[in-house]
Amino acid sequence: MHELSLCENMLSLLEESAQQEQFSQVLVIHLLVGELSCVEPEALLFCFDAIKNNTLAETAQLVIENVPGRAQCQACAIELKVHSFAECCSACGGILDVVAGDQIQIKFLEVC
Amino acid sequence: MCSVCGCETSDSLTSSFVQPVQKEPRLIHLEKNLLEKNNFYAECNRARLNEEGILALNFVSSPGAGKTTLLVKTIEALQAKQVIKVVEGDQQSARDADKIRASGAPAVQINTGKGCHLEAQSVGKAFDELQLAPADWVFIENVGNLVCPAEFDLGELCKVVILSVTEGDDKALKYPHIFRAAKLLLISKIDLLPYVDFDLQACIAYARQVNPAIEILTLSSKSAEGLERWFDWLFQQSQQVHVVE
Repeated sequence: MHELSLCENMLSLLEESAQQEQFSQVLVIHLLVGELSCVEPEALLFCFDAIKNNTLAETAQLVIENVPGRAQCQACAIELKVHSFAECCSACGGILDVVAGDQIQIKFLEVC
Repeated sequence: MCSVCGCETSDSLTSSFVQPVQKEPRLIHLEKNLLEKNNFYAECNRARLNEEGILALNFVSSPGAGKTTLLVKTIEALQAKQVIKVVEGDQQSARDADKIRASGAPAVQINTGKGCHLEAQSVGKAFDELQLAPADWVFIENVGNLVCPAEFDLGELCKVVILSVTEGDDKALKYPHIFRAAKLLLISKIDLLPYVDFDLQACIAYARQVNPAIEILTLSSKSAEGLERWFDWLFQQSQQVHVVE
């Protein structure tokens, strides 16, 4: 599953950050996961628990903040909540551009 | 609420908590995309491809939609006038790379093991192994999967999604990410249309609902119907990739 690959990427980012910011242990990882991001949060938690042993994130808590999907209509410019890329504008049927909720981003870390 | 900075963590999930070591904690605002590493390698691939005027296409589909067969037919028809090289992605086995080589084109097989998609770093290494040269075409046949490849940029010019008429005509609605990410939809195995309940017009409408800009071609590798239009489309894309003298 690609959540495993994403967790491995996350560990790489933590290791790079540890060198730059001079820390050795991660206590909390605050992750933004967009509703439209193709990531299953439960799977991400499962994979993180599976791979964090013997790493700088071994004692870390992964906190996932879900970011709702939002899109703007190309025709009438209103902004709407969306749950998938398959939706059209509920007001005029126009095409929607996603403006929020497709990210997978480490927002901040608590480290020591 | 977060006990350190007071931010609201509504609708949040947490992993199993382990008592931390007693040291002075501090916050680091990172704001890093988890796909940053893959995106970096993808941009390296893209820069190299653009510099050498190489057309690179990322073929995605469900398993069994006909990617390999289409690539074989394309290579057999065009290799006399165009160098085509292939990167093959599967969980296991080199069977697809073997079929490509048998058709006359060089191929490198990437076995992803547990992985469900190709990533840019391994594709870049495959480009090295193929010894890509200016004006080559490189076809990347991704792992058969309509979900994960949408997230992982490989550095290609564009994605081509293949949907066969033996699948559901509403695939675009069920897997919108990949259809939104693709430039071209190839509806394959159209020789089987008389024998399946596949509504071609509905399929096209659903694809355009998800991605209004998607281009659509229909074809059959078996009967050769539509292959010439596909070859024309390839040459049009090739003209977009300029060789820097």
